[in-house]
Amino acid sequence: MGHSSAHGENYLNHEKGLWSWLTTVDHKRIGLMYMITVLFFFFVGGVMALLLRAELFAPNAVAGVGQVLKSGDIYNQVLTYHGAIMVFMVIIPGIPAILGNFFLPIHIGAKDVAFPKVNLASWYCFMFGASLAIGTFFASKIDTGWTFYTPYSIRTGTSTVMMVLGAFVMGMSSVLTGLNFIVTVHKLRAPGMTMHRMPLFVWALYSTAILQMLATPVLAITLLLLAAEKIFGVGIFDPKLGGDPVLFQHFFWFYSHPAVYIMILPAMGVVSELITTFSRKVIFGYTAIAYSSLGIAAVSFFVWGHHMFVSGQSSFAGILFSFITMLVGVPTAIKMFNWVATLYKGSIRFDAPMLYALGFMFLFAIGGVTGIMLAVLPIDVHFHDTYFVVAHFHYVMVGGTLMALMGGLYYWFPKMFGRMCSDAWARMSFVFIFIGFNVTFFPQFILGAMGMPRRYFDYIPAYETLNKVSTVGSWLIMAGFLISLYTLVRGLRSGEKAPMNPWGSKTLEWQTSSPPPHFNFDVEPIVTAGPYEYR
Amino acid sequence: MSTDSTAHGKTPTAHVSHHFRDANQEYESGKQGIWLFMVTEILMFGAILVGYSIFHAIYPEMFAEGAKSLDWKMGFINTLVLIFSSFTMAISISFVQKNQTKKAAIAMGTTILCGAIFMCIKYFEYTHKFHLGLYPGRYLDAAKVGAEHANLGMYFGFYYCMTGLHGLHVLIGMGLITWLLIRTIRGDFHSQYWIPVEGVGIFWHIVDLIWIFLFPLLYLVG
Amino acid sequence: MAGNNHKNDPNVLHPHIAPMSTYFKVAGVLFALTFLTVIAHQFHTQLGAFAAPIAFIIAAVKATFVLLYFMHLKDDNNMNRIIFSTGFIMLAVLLIFCVIDIVTRVVEVSPL
Repeated sequence: MGHSSAHGENYLNHEKGLWSWLTTVDHKRIGLMYMITVLFFFFVGGVMALLLRAELFAPNAVAGVGQVLKSGDIYNQVLTYHGAIMVFMVIIPGIPAILGNFFLPIHIGAKDVAFPKVNLASWYCFMFGASLAIGTFFASKIDTGWTFYTPYSIRTGTSTVMMVLGAFVMGMSSVLTGLNFIVTVHKLRAPGMTMHRMPLFVWALYSTAILQMLATPVLAITLLLLAAEKIFGVGIFDPKLGGDPVLFQHFFWFYSHPAVYIMILPAMGVVSELITTFSRKVIFGYTAIAYSSLGIAAVSFFVWGHHMFVSGQSSFAGILFSFITMLVGVPTAIKMFNWVATLYKGSIRFDAPMLYALGFMFLFAIGGVTGIMLAVLPIDVHFHDTYFVVAHFHYVMVGGTLMALMGGLYYWFPKMFGRMCSDAWARMSFVFIFIGFNVTFFPQFILGAMGMPRRYFDYIPAYETLNKVSTVGSWLIMAGFLISLYTLVRGLRSGEKAPMNPWGSKTLEWQTSSPPPHFNFDVEPIVTAGPYEYR
Repeated sequence: MSTDSTAHGKTPTAHVSHHFRDANQEYESGKQGIWLFMVTEILMFGAILVGYSIFHAIYPEMFAEGAKSLDWKMGFINTLVLIFSSFTMAISISFVQKNQTKKAAIAMGTTILCGAIFMCIKYFEYTHKFHLGLYPGRYLDAAKVGAEHANLGMYFGFYYCMTGLHGLHVLIGMGLITWLLIRTIRGDFHSQYWIPVEGVGIFWHIVDLIWIFLFPLLYLVG
Repeated sequence: MAGNNHKNDPNVLHPHIAPMSTYFKVAGVLFALTFLTVIAHQFHTQLGAFAAPIAFIIAAVKATFVLLYFMHLKDDNNMNRIIFSTGFIMLAVLLIFCVIDIVTRVVEVSPL
């Protein structure tokens, strides 16, 4: 093993051939495998989003005119697949499975995650589940929306069971990743790497992993019961047999609300890394940011009822959930203020990853504040199931998670592949995505406030202008992602060779060669200081 | 590098995979992973129990009627069988740790046998229910079986979901213990390497634990 | 790996081996409790409202024995104990909030 990296040996050329990739237990290679698959699903989900926006470009004034998708049924199906693919196959696995898998062990100075074979199994689970879910597209298509609400999901379509089992298997993959991360963080830290010397990205992933472990099993059983309901009509969620469809929503959101934080917490971790690196300054309030991740994870289990304000849940429970939900604002704002304080008097460089991080802060602030608005019970009763909600969660998921994922990809690209991307092109992609995103989704806040309901494939003429603006914005986003794709591929093919530490960062992954050797470090690092010793 | 470094007949040495510093770190990590996985099992079964208790509180009479049609003697025998299997599983780990491979193998074989007996009894219970027309959910014809409550199907919905999921875990556990048995006979496990045995053991005890609660819940309390 | 230095060698595991008699005792207790719960069931009409709590208390005691002795939580570290207990805490959260909702629902009947 000795000085292997000196001879140009790294994890990419350590073994060769497709088979060596499919059977690898190297966390870095598994991270890349996740990257390829997740980006592919992102492409599929993105095309569906474009179709939806194209349909909404104009109202269907006369039957046939202004229609891109043939019927409302098809619109509902595209909508369902867009939601399910983006949630279960892109945003939930996105940052933890790609960047987390690759960098968590390196960040804490370990050679691999605690259970490398389990890690590979989680990728196969993910692929199997995703195939089941996508497979329904070729059976009878699902039109329930990604939430599978009963009793509609019990009655419609025949392949709901297959879809639900797909989500179940992908949930298993999520659990296995989370399990691996928790044990890795607890047990595999390098000598001297105390919990309080871990990078904030690791803290965020750790909190995410706790959520994955504790929330996903409840989704698993809920989906199994839904399948049983569909096959045997067991009656638990079916009012006909005295069951309670609202109970399904309780069980579903017990997972799916924490899942929202499974999506956003790793993004916050990435942003913490980016802000401190490109400000060349010690992060402000390390402990506060680290523990606010755990705080968000803890509070997230007590707030799920805010998805159900108009579902038939009792008003008392609604009021209770409304109050607790506002608590989420506290740890979130702690992070936000600490990032801003880190920027203060830093020597800021506007490289592409930093632009994405700043974009994240801007968009996530809007998404977060509208989230607090929606937490207020009487306002939500008005806004529920309008485009206001659609705009809110896209600001959080796309403006938050995807921005951070893109920023993280550009930031760590030199380390992952040993080559640099063109920063100019990367900045251009940011400009398109950022402007396009606001053009697409800001009008949806106004549309929602005007009362346009979500999930409809047609609308009254009064909403036309803003919908046109929104659709044009979706083309800008598409352009931005295409530029990103071009930038990454060009960097991969002909980027200049990356040095060990192109950004001047202080965390451990930059102390090893780019790309890292098979066992991450030639010599096991001994940690003597915190992760952000700039000054 | 990650293969087992034991040679037969010599003092067994511990197993250290490439990414662990020492055997203790590997053992502790493995154990923690197993416990984390058990949490997911508890949550999965627990969520059905939550649903069960909610509907039990809403329809106490209907649940009482359902419980009456179960034969507690069957559940009782199955409880004894599972507890005995848990006992044999527990001592098999002890035997492995003391390098008594043969005894460990016998204990594991007994455990598998107990699992099989459990499943057989379950099978007879199920076929008997089917014979009486006690199907889950909408397939239960309340008029035909003379049920007092029209939604008796929900009780059997819970009954089949809970015992079915539990039965599935028994089958998975039997498969895992068979794998252990083969490896034990092959001599893979010894006083320095037993974590797979302990892990599967903990899984098997969880299966037992869940049955300990299912038995009074379904068969006794009506 | 010198033979006389095994105590401090991190590559030598020291399994905690419980005496066989413990396993027999615990199994005996578990069997006895199973009989007890069935005997209690014979009097469930007399016990009335107490029948269910008694059955569950016995089940909980049995579960505790399995956890402590068969699954060795008695000799395990605190981290694993905490990990295992979080599952039950989360279940309590799920149950409590669902019950809060269902109990406080008001059945609304149209006055028309």
